[in-house]
Amino acid sequence: MRIALFATCVADAMFPGAPRATVRLLERLGHTVVFPESQACCGQMHVNTGYMDEALPVVRNHVQTFDPVLTGAWDAVVVPSGSCTGSIRHQQAMVARRAGDEDLATRAEAVSARTYELSELLVDVLGVTDVGAYFPHRVTYHPTCHSLRMLRVGDRPEALLRAVEGIDLVDLPQADGCCGFGGTFALKNAPTSSAMLDDKCDAVDSTAADVLVAGDRSCLLHIGGGLSRRGSATTTLHLAEVLASTREHPTPLSDAPRTRTRPVGGSR
Amino acid sequence: MSTFLGLPRHRSSTPEEGPLGPVPHADDPLRWGDPFPVAARRALDDAQMRRNLGHATSTIRDKRASVVGEVPDWEALRDTGSAVKGDVMARLPELLAQLEENVTARGGTVHWARDADEANAIVTRIARERAVDEIVKVKSMATQEIGLNEALAEAGIAAVETDLAELIVQLSEDMPSHILVPAIHRNREEIRRLFLARMEGAPDDLGDAPRELAEAARVHLRRKFLSARMAVSGANFGVADSGTLTVVESEGNGRMCLTLPETLVTVMGIEKVVPTFTDLEVFGQLLPRSSTGERMNPYTSLWTGVTPGDGPQDFHLILLDNGRTRALADDVGRAALHCIRCSACLNVCPVYERVGGHAYGSVYPGPIGAVLTPLLTGAGTEDAPHGDANASLPYASTLCGACFDACPVKIDIPSLLVHLRARDVDSRRERTVPTGWDGAMKAASWVMSDGARLGRAEKGTAALRVLAGRKGYVGTLPPPMSAWTASRDLPAPPRQSFRDWWADEHDGNDGDGAAEENA
Amino acid sequence: MSDARTQILGRAREALGADELDVPVPREYRVTGDLAPGSDDVVDLLVDRLVDYRATVHHATTPTVAETVAALIADARTVVVPTGLDVAWRADWVPEVLEDSREEPLDVATLDAAGAVVTAARVACADTGTILLDGEPDQGRRAITLVPDVHVCVLRADQVVHLLPEAIRMLAPHPARPITWISGPSATSDIELSRVEGVHGPRTLHVVIVR
Repeated sequence: MRIALFATCVADAMFPGAPRATVRLLERLGHTVVFPESQACCGQMHVNTGYMDEALPVVRNHVQTFDPVLTGAWDAVVVPSGSCTGSIRHQQAMVARRAGDEDLATRAEAVSARTYELSELLVDVLGVTDVGAYFPHRVTYHPTCHSLRMLRVGDRPEALLRAVEGIDLVDLPQADGCCGFGGTFALKNAPTSSAMLDDKCDAVDSTAADVLVAGDRSCLLHIGGGLSRRGSATTTLHLAEVLASTREHPTPLSDAPRTRTRPVGGSR
Repeated sequence: MSTFLGLPRHRSSTPEEGPLGPVPHADDPLRWGDPFPVAARRALDDAQMRRNLGHATSTIRDKRASVVGEVPDWEALRDTGSAVKGDVMARLPELLAQLEENVTARGGTVHWARDADEANAIVTRIARERAVDEIVKVKSMATQEIGLNEALAEAGIAAVETDLAELIVQLSEDMPSHILVPAIHRNREEIRRLFLARMEGAPDDLGDAPRELAEAARVHLRRKFLSARMAVSGANFGVADSGTLTVVESEGNGRMCLTLPETLVTVMGIEKVVPTFTDLEVFGQLLPRSSTGERMNPYTSLWTGVTPGDGPQDFHLILLDNGRTRALADDVGRAALHCIRCSACLNVCPVYERVGGHAYGSVYPGPIGAVLTPLLTGAGTEDAPHGDANASLPYASTLCGACFDACPVKIDIPSLLVHLRARDVDSRRERTVPTGWDGAMKAASWVMSDGARLGRAEKGTAALRVLAGRKGYVGTLPPPMSAWTASRDLPAPPRQSFRDWWADEHDGNDGDGAAEENA
Repeated sequence: MSDARTQILGRAREALGADELDVPVPREYRVTGDLAPGSDDVVDLLVDRLVDYRATVHHATTPTVAETVAALIADARTVVVPTGLDVAWRADWVPEVLEDSREEPLDVATLDAAGAVVTAARVACADTGTILLDGEPDQGRRAITLVPDVHVCVLRADQVVHLLPEAIRMLAPHPARPITWISGPSATSDIELSRVEGVHGPRTLHVVIVR
């Protein structure tokens, strides 16, 4: 299959490991990955903060960038993020319609129908749950809110993780509770966000996992920031980085963002 | 409503001393206290309240999940409930007229009230005409919303709340913090102390077992029930095709009020009408399982006008607008009027669980309150005062979606929140100088609508990398980003963005080119 | 200024706009249960739900109703019955029997002093453990099943249906009757959301199921 990658703005700028792993993983499975370079952002931040007028050009750029999927240039678009996929699927057409651009809305809907979050693409489109990964670490998985409730990815990510060789996958207590990120909520209601984050970090710490895995780098930015602040020994990786890991090319824990417990270049 | 001079409306936000400590004081039941972020920050400091709430909401979440899980056609019931409510909104004028006609034909009297003052005046007049100076009340959100008890007190009429939790709130001079269990923020020991201090006839050796506390309330209220001449209730549903009113309750205080007094006045929001009697077969399943987590609540009363020889012979129905037609005029927001006040969304909300109901500054707290209150009061429209604290409510959510999943009538609360945020932003566009957020969002829009621009901006993150230094993370940042670093570190940005890595790897051949090559 | 009614209805029409909104209402939920009315299975389900609510369930046959009820009310000094209650159920009761009707209602103090009330029911819903009364002469005024502290409700097995829609549709031909749905004794969950049975309504609910 020919698959276009939407890296997402957060991962592109801050966490390139997630989209790089997505490329590595899909190529290993025999697919061709392309990166349309005019891509930028899905518009979610603007939409969820109420800036619909400002979201419009962002949405238009996204739809134009991925429009070729409609004419068969690619078979699908993959997004290593539940919330960006959710925004593409549930918000972009609304933004266009609100601005009176019915043509853009229709195209946005058509593009979104061919756009998949990574675990959806692997399990539903490519039909694999065992991707041949090897990751000999203790891992716990946080199902991010939008993956869980907007996309209903269900247990696809866990099914993928369970099939990873060498993994020690442990349940995260109160896993379905929000971590408190919520985009600009983390800034506008910082104390409330922090109270939620505290509880999430307690849950993560109780698992004694080496790595917290999720399908959204933005939620991991938040939880990882909290874990680092409290000097937790648990680090964060994107689902793609675990699935891309093999015996030949293992993903080292040092690929995770630096934290207070892990200095530069450090690896446990 | 008082004259408004254009200053930010900080209601009487200084908490007042009550028997259980400081309590909020409300001038306007739909707009009291500080903007949400300020009130929430204060609430987070109340460790006792957080423990009480955490315990209560986790109990009810488990109960709800178990009784909802055993209903195989739950989703079908939700679909019907949602559609019936949508149909009600579409045909509201017609259904209200039909309800009025049927109640009147069965011996009831129907009144219409545009706002709180008008509704309160009608109840007061009915009481005065009958020389009543004490009324018993069934718990009702509509009468909370209009501040009926306070209005009656001004007229020299005592209103006795008879629902246990509502009684706790009334005795502690507090405000409700939950739609179903208004005293959810209090624990048994606090309630024991309150009853000893404030409730006539509470035994000196009163313990803190819920059974003992409930018994004390039973003894206290029984004399009032048996001698009451007038009662006021709300209504869960008003059936248009039969004129039947419904009250769903547990303790029997509702039945006492609906059955024993000579005069009954029911205050019902106009959105509570349902088209047909058989629609109760849907809501009768959705509501109890979603609210108390029971298969059915102990008592549901249905009455139609006046039944000669059985129950009140003098029945009045007040149909209340108080902002509902304003909410109806918002074609997205009107879905909030579908709410059947079950409070499931509160119980599953991670924000509500931590800050409690008072932080929302309205008798409608939690996720539904964060949409309903701004819609009823016109926040984000020209009807709202400048600097309206209610404008902060739509931002009081992470949009995690737990509320939407739990809602028995499928109100898409996250989408409504986003819609109301947009309404707020758009209303400020025309009225105020741009804020820092406005500028940042405009700039971000320019950067994020073009791949090349984003690529150049990514190179600017080098500054953050300098800040991170050899540590590899950033621990403090200047405002406004200090809100982030107050409790979270920020990792150093990578040396190379993904798009730069891709360009290096593919040696200038971008994805589009590759696609053409292989096409 | 126009009156409140005119203005509210006018605002509502204006809010909805000129477009006729047609909202189709799907009804895919179950309206008939798997368990046949009056079957042993449906009665068992009802009993399970009632016990869960801390109601007390008793079984009787038509000839044993009177003695079963008599045993339940033996300690009462007075017992209230609606005038239309089956006289065969009232044989050999010990307490003084007080009849109540819409035409000749007992006063509240008498109801409050009564040891118990015995009534029939219209229909019962097994799925939710609900007994539905519609105020007909065998069930009486709403006040009589409310004020006395003990309610004995006699239910024929053939009155038990599986699902709520079945019960509601039996009541629907007479929606204007005063209707009370009862699911166990009165209860509250207002303190820490833990359920306590026995508040203002009868603290004891006996259900006698007649087969």
